Amino acid sequence: MSSFIFRRFLLMIPTLFMISLISFIVIELPPGDYITSYIANRMAQGDSPRQDEIDALTKQYGLDQPVQIRYLKWLANVVQGKFGFSFEWQLPVSDLIWDRLGFTVIVALSALLFSWFVGLVVGILSAVYQYSVWDYLFTALSFIGLGTPNFLLALILMWMAFAYFGVNISGLFSREFVDAPWSIAKFVDLLKHLWAPAIIVGTAGSAGLVRTMRANLLDELSKPYVETGRAKGLNELRLVLKYPTRVALNPFVSTMGWALPQLVSGSIIVSVVLSLPTTGPLLLRSLLTQDMYLAASFLLMLSTLTIIGTLISDILLALLDPRIRMGG
Amino acid sequence: MDVDRSGSRASRPRAAGDTDPPGNAPLSSGGAFKPSATKAGDFHLDMDEVYDDTASYLDANEEQDRLYVAAPLQMMWWRFTKHKMAVVGGVIVILLYLIAIFAEFLSPYNPETYEVALTYAPPQRIHFFHEGKFQGRPFVYGLTQARNPETLRMEFQIDETVRYPIYFWPEGDSYRIWGLFESNRHLFGINEAVVDEAREEGAPSFATLFVLGADKLGRDMLTRIIYGSRISLSIGLIGVILSFLFGVVLGGISGYYGGAVDVIIQRLIEFIRSVPSIPLWMALSASLPRDWSSLRIYFGITIILSLIGWTFLARAVRGRFLAMREEEFILAARFAGAGEMRIILRHMVPSFFSHLIASATLAVPAMILSETSLSFLGLGLRPPTISWGVLLQESQNLRSVALAPWLLLPGVVIIVTILALNFLGDGLRDAADPYR
Repeated sequence: MSSFIFRRFLLMIPTLFMISLISFIVIELPPGDYITSYIANRMAQGDSPRQDEIDALTKQYGLDQPVQIRYLKWLANVVQGKFGFSFEWQLPVSDLIWDRLGFTVIVALSALLFSWFVGLVVGILSAVYQYSVWDYLFTALSFIGLGTPNFLLALILMWMAFAYFGVNISGLFSREFVDAPWSIAKFVDLLKHLWAPAIIVGTAGSAGLVRTMRANLLDELSKPYVETGRAKGLNELRLVLKYPTRVALNPFVSTMGWALPQLVSGSIIVSVVLSLPTTGPLLLRSLLTQDMYLAASFLLMLSTLTIIGTLISDILLALLDPRIRMGG
Repeated sequence: MDVDRSGSRASRPRAAGDTDPPGNAPLSSGGAFKPSATKAGDFHLDMDEVYDDTASYLDANEEQDRLYVAAPLQMMWWRFTKHKMAVVGGVIVILLYLIAIFAEFLSPYNPETYEVALTYAPPQRIHFFHEGKFQGRPFVYGLTQARNPETLRMEFQIDETVRYPIYFWPEGDSYRIWGLFESNRHLFGINEAVVDEAREEGAPSFATLFVLGADKLGRDMLTRIIYGSRISLSIGLIGVILSFLFGVVLGGISGYYGGAVDVIIQRLIEFIRSVPSIPLWMALSASLPRDWSSLRIYFGITIILSLIGWTFLARAVRGRFLAMREEEFILAARFAGAGEMRIILRHMVPSFFSHLIASATLAVPAMILSETSLSFLGLGLRPPTISWGVLLQESQNLRSVALAPWLLLPGVVIIVTILALNFLGDGLRDAADPYR
């Protein structure tokens, strides 16, 4: 088992290296750099920066050096945990990203928990009561859930909460807690705000899980051992939960690997709509202003998150299924 | 047929209920097709039942014959039509694409026709009755603006004194359909002449037909949604065709040759998939130059979307190739001396093409969603290009949505489109393998 994990860790290194390269290239692609967009902004405000000021800025940010040098320097810094300097915020990138990555993980994980919970409960209900009114209702709902882009769901929920209840569901904290240091009250406040993004980001995933859970459990329920259990007088609830549900649970773990990237991706657009303090809004802004080190670091860290997520799900699967761990 | 019948009887164990009069035995024990007819203890013989049984037995046999001689396409069609939701989805998809093709003609206005006074004008109901009397022709009431004494905001009110009948083929804004034929006829609308007349008489109300309301600049939402469908639906289709090409070529090479090429392509696919797609899309679309024309942006976005989309199709193609390589009929073709290209094109591709079409159909909604999300964020298509995502950009502002909820209507259209395409794709996927 440990050799399996070790092998997977080794495989991560070249992948991460490739990702850092791609992130950097993608950020370098647009014509011009931060200086040009900075000049354009200044021009739009009606004054033009002097040439020596531009030169000084270019030199200060190291933008006069060729691309490959800048990449290698950045990479060397990243390995040491430094991500470069954000031009726009005039702050080291590492000061900006950790909080936001943390909140991204929190939102993604709570969305995952939500979709597991809904997938489990609703999936079991619609399999056990197959072809009942509830089954049809849940089936219809899960199809709609699959077909609704999550930013649209965010818009609709926001509008409904605002128009009918006068509540604003955007943000992760109430105003008085945004800059407050961590405390129990702040944590409670976070929980009060977390449900909306968790539901919005998790809906598509839970719709998919409901479908899989229902199909798998239906397969299991028609097997003879279930009939045997019933004939022996097992209570129906216990019977369903104890054996078939366990077997049907497998996809929950195996789909986690690709569910996490989707949740991280999904949370980005949703957090732009809901203006959450996660990576989304800042990444969008840094891409638009060509704040390249910030954008590249975000891309790198988000990809790392997904790779770690995939790794965890692979390890869990290997723990569950000896065939995977032996075959490697 | 006779052989088949006796065979099915002999193979069936004799149950207690089968002690019927001998003459009827073959009929009711045609139980291979209708087993419930011969339950134990079912001794009474109703003549109607026997007759019914015979009929269904013959039917079943004819059905069997029909099935044996049917062409694969015919069988796929049968299987597809059994899937009711897929048929409904297919009809909706065809309608949507027809709407996109004939956008200019079907929409009552031009998408850029604006009237600032009509900002966020609400949807108008189409009426048939005025004061309880049937009017013979649908009409809308005029819209007037008045200040709400409580909120002091200008609000739209329905002016029931003026009626604007809705005509078919009225003259309206002129357009060039597909940039070729100039015309000013629309499918429906209110007559220009009536509108002019009302204006000359100094009617205080606006003569408009906003079935789905108006946007910030007083442009008709219905028209804009119809025009938006042209971009959004075509980007899905073109994007899938592009990723189809990438996917079939690379997946085909990977699956057919195997070995080192296969390993490299598979690692590449795994790598692309391990990068979270939306941030990557965002970064790539942000890198499109701002001064590009809308046509170039359109193709740029399409290519970006298919750069990631091809991996899914490539996996499907490779899997099919791997499975197909081991099939007997491929071996037979090889023994018969067929060349590699002939085997691929004549024997392999036709046998999994239907699967590919099904997976491609299932990829279209994902494409449409991605374009919509990107444009919604302001990274994809930008106004004046009209797509559903661009239209939804306006609804980012919570206050304007609270004021004009119909700004969310493009979202409803998106959901319907995605669902229809998903059902169609599911149906096609099930139908693609009629022998299962």
